[in-house]
This record gives sequence, structure tokens and C-alpha cells, in this order.
Amino acid sequence: MRQNNVVAMILAGGRGSRLLDLTKKVAKPAVYFGGKYRIIDFPLSNCANSDISVVGVLTQYESVILNSYVARDHRWGLDTKDGGVFVLPPMETDANGFNLYRGTADAIAQNIDFLDQMNAEYVLILSGDHIYKMNYDKMLKVHKEKQADATIAVIGVPLKEASRFGIMNTNDEDVIVEFEEKPAKPKSNLASMGIYIFTYKTLRKYLVDDMKNENSHHDFGKDIIPAYLNDGKKLVAYRFKGYWKDVGTIDSLWEANMDLLNPNNELDLSDSGWKIYTEDVNVLPQYIGENAIIDNAYINQGCVIDGTVKNSVIFTNARIAEGAKVVDSVIMPNAIIGKNASVTRCIVAEGVEIKEGVSVGDKDSEHIELVAKKVVE
Amino acid sequence: MSNKVLGIVNFEDSTASVEGLGDYRPIPAFGFLGRYRVIDFVLSNMTNSGISDIQVYCKEKPRSLIEHLGTGQHYNINSKRGNLHILNGEKKPISDVYNNDINNFMQNMEFIEESDKGYVVVAPSYFIYQIDFSQVLESHISSGDDITLLYKATDNAKEEFNGCETVQFDETKKVIGFEKNRGKYKNRNISLECYIMSRKLFIDLVKRAAQTSSLYWFKDILRDVINEYTIRGYAVKSYVACINSLKAYFKANMELANLSNAKTIFKKDWPIHTMTNDSAPTHFYPDCHVKGSAIANGCFIEGTVENSVLCRNVTVKKGATVKNSIVLPGAYISENAYLDHVVVDKYAIIHHVKKLIGNDDEPVYVKRRDRI
Repeated sequence: MRQNNVVAMILAGGRGSRLLDLTKKVAKPAVYFGGKYRIIDFPLSNCANSDISVVGVLTQYESVILNSYVARDHRWGLDTKDGGVFVLPPMETDANGFNLYRGTADAIAQNIDFLDQMNAEYVLILSGDHIYKMNYDKMLKVHKEKQADATIAVIGVPLKEASRFGIMNTNDEDVIVEFEEKPAKPKSNLASMGIYIFTYKTLRKYLVDDMKNENSHHDFGKDIIPAYLNDGKKLVAYRFKGYWKDVGTIDSLWEANMDLLNPNNELDLSDSGWKIYTEDVNVLPQYIGENAIIDNAYINQGCVIDGTVKNSVIFTNARIAEGAKVVDSVIMPNAIIGKNASVTRCIVAEGVEIKEGVSVGDKDSEHIELVAKKVVE
Repeated sequence: MSNKVLGIVNFEDSTASVEGLGDYRPIPAFGFLGRYRVIDFVLSNMTNSGISDIQVYCKEKPRSLIEHLGTGQHYNINSKRGNLHILNGEKKPISDVYNNDINNFMQNMEFIEESDKGYVVVAPSYFIYQIDFSQVLESHISSGDDITLLYKATDNAKEEFNGCETVQFDETKKVIGFEKNRGKYKNRNISLECYIMSRKLFIDLVKRAAQTSSLYWFKDILRDVINEYTIRGYAVKSYVACINSLKAYFKANMELANLSNAKTIFKKDWPIHTMTNDSAPTHFYPDCHVKGSAIANGCFIEGTVENSVLCRNVTVKKGATVKNSIVLPGAYISENAYLDHVVVDKYAIIHHVKKLIGNDDEPVYVKRRDRI
């Protein structure tokens, strides 16, 4: 039997254009992270670990790889009889022809039939491109206890950075009294993480109204939450502590990978009580050759390492040949670093080959270099 | 063509005995080369060859095997149209000597008889090699022979495949005799105890063996019928190992920790399926020294690892040295320990031990969950 009547909806349509060529053919949630994962493994594994068995994934931008990736729900243990991962792309309808998702709220609104069919009592809205571990079941408990109409996960950010976020101002009981999108003078440091639990019955009415409103952005932060506040609905802030990252740029993706090299990193992917599940790739263990020198690295199975690897994260099946030097870099799946080649402060994209003797990147560079095409000289 | 085949994964006879490791699980469930179990190889050979109806016979201690095999979905067996049966003798034999393959086949005869497949591939789970059974079957059918037997020609039978069956052929590769390998000769053809025949002949031979002697194994009845039926050899070209002793287990792991040997088994488009454990990548700490090793995911390495095989979630602390050794999942090698030619079983903790040193013939074995 289903453990609860929550349906998770993961918004996975974003492009993430500041990730440059990494998101040319895949949406941001499908971008690789941490040696063996894709970013969307985090919300999916969190759902599985929180006993949520019905997960809708709303895709739009470059969705071929992402759709086929998430549809194989056994990877996350989400393949129960009464649950599963359901891929929900925009569709053609009788009334409106072919519709794109116009915003986060519209994406959910266009799938009201799905939520009805799944007998949702609560809807958990998630973002497909954040890296974090979170027990949504605890958040649901708070939502029920406080009899909230909506519960919003918030994280404390440094006050001087608060004007970059949607900020929640709360009373003593964590009830939200005001919401300010990117305030110039923030009154609190509680930033919205874009994670919401709604009581579905109420949300359904608001979504239907919002769909008809021509002046709406059809966005949770800009439209739905303000409408709830206006009507005096009960909104509760749920405080999250721990690692949470939205990797929007090449630099921040690199940084998040480098975080894993810290033995005390908060994300702790080796925690057997909260595993992050991913595709099971059929590869050999990693082979470390006679000439290898490894100093501070995070390396996945299938790799063959015969060169020097320092302060780097090496993904599935990467090859690092004899004499090659990889320093302060992220090498994505199936990339090949040729003999005596040198890679410094780079992200080398999936399957890219750096030819023998070639050198890429610069140890003094301000930004991390993305190498997305074969380099021969 | 392989959809006409029932796969029968057999177990090893009691002369195969692996000191230590064998106390906790049957040989097919042994951890192997970091992320595999011994049985993964025969099962992957079958499913990659298109065999999707498979019976796995289990002599004893089925827990770890059942856990590992599950429904067989991770071996690429179709959940609706395929089948993975784990079968063991339902009745406990009065003595271990009666716990042979014939006894188990007889107790499960109804499942063999009700199969709709025309052929069987019988293969034991303690051999490691790569073969495409669909090619063997094709050759078997076109030859018109009664039985096709897989063998490996070796020029090192003095050192390797001790205790295995050797096969004598005439010039047409027809089997004319079997003999145990006692390490007297260099050049020998080793039987992989893998046979392809019609299901009907298999059933006949099993029943005949059961009538002949309650101590008979399938290979015993084959010896009796070499003049009655044509048994012909089919050579296996890949690397071959038989895990029938601790020494052989140790040697096979060490040899496959060499990538060029491994490549003869791990071929492109020939995945070796296993059950994933969802471990994070392996973390190599600053100032670790790692060379010439095969390493699974989830390890934490601060010390020195050379020419070794580390299974998942192994910890090697600062100042520790692991050389020419096999460390099974979850083991913990603490500060300043020194291991050379050692097999460390699952979850063992090595504390306050200065040195453990074995050799190729007699590697030191550290028990499961042991603390030393």
C-alpha cells in the first residue's frame, strides 16, 4: 500500500544556460555531478528515502535524455506497484492546441488531471536542479501539525546575500507574514528553497484561477504564494539546515564537485542511511595503473588511471593515460586524457578527448575553463 | 536460437573447498574482483547469449545467493517472459556425501521435465570465463553430436586447475577419457564441466545416474557413457579460472587485477551483470599511495595500496599498507597495519597488528567480522 497520499512534482524543465555547452543537449537536471550522479538523482533519491512513491517529473527543454533517464524508476527504488516516476512533458490539448509550460505554477496546473488520478491529498513541489539531502516526510509532518495551507522550505543565508533570494518574513511560530522577492533591504535571512508542500484541495482552486488570469506570470513565487498571503491562508516556513546548492554556473558546478574532496563535507554521499541512487552502469572496478600518482581525488568505477590526479573528481569510465596530469579539475564520464596531456582548473565534458601532450586550463585562471570539444593541440 | 535453451547453473563437487571464505557462503556467492560475485560470470554468459530461462542449483547456505540473485532482473532477465529459479534439495540429505548434483536434479525433476526448451546448457558456477553460448549451440546442432563439452587448453596444468577434470580427445576432439588433474603434466585440456545437449538426453542421464549410485555426480555418469554417446570438445579462448581453493581464488583475483587479462573476459558488448550497491565513488585522500590495483566504489584510502583488489566500502587508514591482497566489502585496515598476501573477509577490522604476511600458495585468511 502507498505509504501516504503525497505526490511529488519535480520541475525539471530548466535549461541552465549559464552552464554553457553542458546544457546544450540536456536540461540542467541531467547534468553530471559527483563522479557518478546526475543532479536530478538528489530530489529523486530524497523522494525514495522519504517514502514518497509517486513522483511526476515535468520536463520541457531538451528532454530526450532526461525523459528516458528518469523513466527507469527502478534505479531509485521508485518502481513499486502503486507508485512510480511519471514523465510529464507539455502536451497538445483539445481546448488550447499545443502548450508550453508558461511558468512553474502553469506546469503543475496543466497536470491537474494527473494529480486527480493519483488521489493527491498533498502536493510536494521540488526543483530538479538542486543538490541536497532532505527528508520531505519530516516537512510533511510539520505541514500537518501546523494545519498549514502551504509549507515552504527555507534556508538561512548570510544577510548581505539575502537580496539575491526570495525572502520569507515570519512571526515567532514560523508562520510566514510576508514574502519579498529579491528585497533591496531584507528583513530576514530565510531564503525560499523552491520546495513547497501544498494541501492539494486548496492549491487546485488557486491553480485553476491562475490559469485563467492573463496578467499572471504563472509562477509559484510571483503569483501563487502572494495570492495565498493576500487571502490570509496559513503559510508556514520549514527551516532546513545542511548542504544545499543550486549550481548555476561552470564555476559553481566545479566548486560543488570540489566540496566532495573535503572529508567533512556536509553532503556526505557515503551515508548509508540516506543513499543517493543513480544509474547502474555496467563497468569494471577502477584500475589504478603502475604509473599512477593519486593525491586527493574522488574517482568512480570504470576509470583507468595511469597518470597523475590531484584535487580532482573523475567520473565513470574516464581514462587518464601515463604521464598525463589532471589537477584541480572535473573529468566527466568517458572523457580521455591522452599521454602527457595536462588539465588544470577545467571541467572536461562527457566523452571529450584531450590528445597526447596537449595542455588545457591555467592554474592562475579566474574562472574554470569548460572543455566541451575534442582538443588536439 | 538461445530461446530454445534452458540454462542450468550447477554447483561444484565437494573436492572444491575454499578455506575460510567457504565457511560463510557457497563459492558462487564469493565476492570477486571488487564488485562482482563468482556466479555473475556464468549468469552473464547465459543472459548475454539470450538464455532467459535459468535454474540455479544451490548446495547449501543459500541466503547470500538468494539475496544476490533476487528476481534476476539485474542480470537482464525479462520479468515477465524470463525466469530465474533458485533450486535446492528440499529434503536434507542424511549425509553430505549424498548432497550431489544428481540428487538435487532428481528432487527438482518436475521443473526440468515441464520446461518447453529443447536444449540445456549445464554450467557450474565456480568457473570464470567468457563464452557466447549461442555460438556453442549453433556448433552443437550443426555437428549432430550428442553432447558438446567446453574445455580450456592449458600449458600450465602443473600449477593451475589443480583438482579439475582433464579431458582426453581423439584427433576429432571426441572425448575418449576423463582424468583428475593432479598437477603431474604441463599440457592438459581442462573440462569446464559445461555441457550442451538436448533436454531429453540430460533427463535420461540424470535418471540413469540416480539409478546407478546415490553417490554419483553428473560428471560420473558422463564417464560411463563416453562410448555410448558422442561428446565433443569446444575450446574456450578467454581467460579461464576455476575457484576451487583459496589459492585459486587468490590467484584469479590477482590475475584479473591486471587490465590486459581482464579485457579477455570483460569484452565490449558483453557486460558482466551484478547487483549494484549504490556506493559513492572512492575517496583517495591526500598523500595516499595507490598503484597496480583494482578498486570498487565506496572506499576510503589514506594509506598505501599496491597490486591488490579492494571491494566496496573498504577503509585503509594512514600509514597502513595493503600489498598483493584481497580486501572484501566493508573491511577496515587501521593505522600502520601491514598486509602482504592476505585475504580479508567482509567487515573484518584489523587493529594493532603490525604485520600479516602470506604467500602465493598460502595467503593468510582473516575471518568475517573478525577483530584482530
